[in-house]
Amino acid sequence: MNIHLILQMAAEAMGDREAITAGGQRMTYAELDTAARQIAAQVKPGQRLAYLAENHPAMSAAIFGAALAGTPFVPINYRLASEQIEALMSRVRPALLISENDHLYNDIELVRREDVMSGESMDGEAPDIEGGIAIELFTSGTTGEPKSAILRHANLMAYIFGSVEFMSAGEDEASLVAVPPYHIAGISAVLSSTYAGRRMVQLPNFSAEAWIALARDESVTHAFVVPTMLQHIIEYVEANGVSLDLPGLQALSYGGGKMPLAVIEKAMELLPHANFTNAYGLTETSSTICLLDPDAHRAAMESNDPLVKRRLGSVGQPLPTIELLIKSEDGKLCAPDEVGLVYVRGEQVGGEYKGMGSQLDDEGWFPTKDVGFVDGEGYLFLDGRADDVIVRGGENISPGEVEDVLISHDAIKDVAVVAVADEQWGEAVGAAVVCNGDQPSEEDLCAMVKNRLRSSRVPSKIIFMDELPYNETGKLLRRVLRDQIAAL
Amino acid sequence: MGETYKAGTKLSSTVCQTQIMALRVPAEELEITCGGTPMSADDGDKGDINSDLAGGTLVGKRYVDEGETMEFLCTRGGDGTVQVNGVSLDVKQAKKLPSSD
Repeated sequence: MNIHLILQMAAEAMGDREAITAGGQRMTYAELDTAARQIAAQVKPGQRLAYLAENHPAMSAAIFGAALAGTPFVPINYRLASEQIEALMSRVRPALLISENDHLYNDIELVRREDVMSGESMDGEAPDIEGGIAIELFTSGTTGEPKSAILRHANLMAYIFGSVEFMSAGEDEASLVAVPPYHIAGISAVLSSTYAGRRMVQLPNFSAEAWIALARDESVTHAFVVPTMLQHIIEYVEANGVSLDLPGLQALSYGGGKMPLAVIEKAMELLPHANFTNAYGLTETSSTICLLDPDAHRAAMESNDPLVKRRLGSVGQPLPTIELLIKSEDGKLCAPDEVGLVYVRGEQVGGEYKGMGSQLDDEGWFPTKDVGFVDGEGYLFLDGRADDVIVRGGENISPGEVEDVLISHDAIKDVAVVAVADEQWGEAVGAAVVCNGDQPSEEDLCAMVKNRLRSSRVPSKIIFMDELPYNETGKLLRRVLRDQIAAL
Repeated sequence: MGETYKAGTKLSSTVCQTQIMALRVPAEELEITCGGTPMSADDGDKGDINSDLAGGTLVGKRYVDEGETMEFLCTRGGDGTVQVNGVSLDVKQAKKLPSSD
C-alpha cells in the first residue's frame, strides 16, 4: 500500500482535470503528479519530508512526494513560537524541510517552498513498504507536550477506500480548504479531494471575509470548517448586514471541536439549500470516524421529538467501516444513553505515537479518551475529554453538562468549565464566562446550574473574561484556562 | 494452479490495460485472470484477449466475489473481465457517504 496510488489513479484517469486553485495558480492532476515526483527526487535516503508553511500546492504535492520517496510527511505548525518549532524540528531530523523562510535547523536540509516544485522528477511506481509510515502529525498538545501521531499508508488508504468513491465528484465541484496543513483535516482534504476528483481551492489564511469572497469567486460547492470558522462567518455576516449569498454551496461539513448549537442552527438558517455534515474524528484515526449526515440535520431541526431534536448536538453514527463502543471506567459495556469512554476499531485507526508505540488493546480497540454516550439509534454524543473530567469528592462531573446549562443563558456568549482545586472536595467546578453585554450575577448563574442539574455541579469559582483561550484551529486550551483560573 | 496473495498486491492484465490491487484476499491459492489469461505482477506487453471475457473493468470500482470473501480495487481500467478461479467478479455497490473533508 502507498497513498501515492490515489494521485496515480487521478493523474491517469483525469490528468487534465484541475486539481488545485491557489490564488492565481492552477494545477491539474497530471501536473500535481509531476510536482510530487520532483519533490520525491530531492529527498535523500533517511530524510523525512517536513513542511513548515501555509497551505499551498507544494503541500499537496509534498504529501504524495514523501510517499513516492518512501518517507513520512511531517507538517509542522508554523504558528508556534520559534523555540517550540525548534523543539519539534529536533524530533523530525534528519529531514528535508520545505519552508517559507530561511531559518536553518540542525541536521535539516532546507528548500524554499517556491523552489521545491522544479528540477528532475522521480520515475516509476511508489514503493510498497510493508507497514510504511505515511504521515507523522504532531497533536495540538492542548493538555501536554505534543505527541507525534503515526499514520501508516494502510490506515489512510482504508479511510479513503471506506469513505470516498473514486472520481465521484463532477467536474464543476470545488472544495474550499481553509484548515492548515498540520491539521489532520488538512491532510485528509488532499487525499479525499484527489480521490474524488474534486478541485481544491486553497485559502492559506482564514478570515470570514476572505472565505466568503473565495467561495463566491471560485464557485465553491463543498467546504469544511472548524466551529470557530463558522462562528466567525456568521458574526461577520451579522455585523456587516450582508447576506451569505452562496447559492452554489451544496455541502458544508464541520468538525474538529464542539459546535455550539446556536451556531449550527444559525448556519442552517443562513444556508437553507446546503447539506450540513458533522464529522467527528481524531488525528489518530486518520480523520473522520462518525458522521451526522444532512438528513439527520434536517430531521433534528424539524422534529418535535426531543430524542430526534437533540441529535443536532450529536456527532452522528460511525462510518460503515468503523466499530464503536462505550465502556465505563471499569471496562464494562455501557447501555444506551449511559456516559462512558469512547473506543473505536477499524483499519483506518492508527492509534500509535512515535516513541510510545501502539495504544490499541489486544482486540484492536483504540481509547479515544473522549467521553460520551450513544443513544438507542446509535448516534454518538460527546461530552468532552476524559482528562477534563472534574472529580469532586469521588463524583465525576463532565464540563460539558455544566457548560450546556450556562451557555443557554441569554447574556452568555461563550463558556468553559474546568477543574479548580478545592480543599474540601479535592476538585470543584470552575467556570470562565464570556458575556454578550450585561454581566449576570454569580448568584443567578449558580442558581441556574443548581436548578437544572444539582448542587455538586454549581461552580465554586466563576470568572468573567473578554474571550476564552483558543488555539488557531478552534481548540479550547483548557490547560491554559485552568492555569489562569488557578492564578487568580 | 494458483498462487496465494496478500492485501496490497498489484496485478496487471496481460491482455489489456487493466490493473487491480488486492484489498482483501483469503489465505488460499487463487487463479486470478483477466480476459482469460493469468494476471501478472509485471505490466508488460499485452497478448490477445478472449472476446468472451471482454466485459471491461472501470477504474476506481471495487470488485468482489459472490460471497464477498475477497475484494479488489481496479486501479486502471481496461477491456478484460477479471475472474478468480474461473468465476467473474462483480462490481461492489458502495454506500455513498456525504463528503466530510
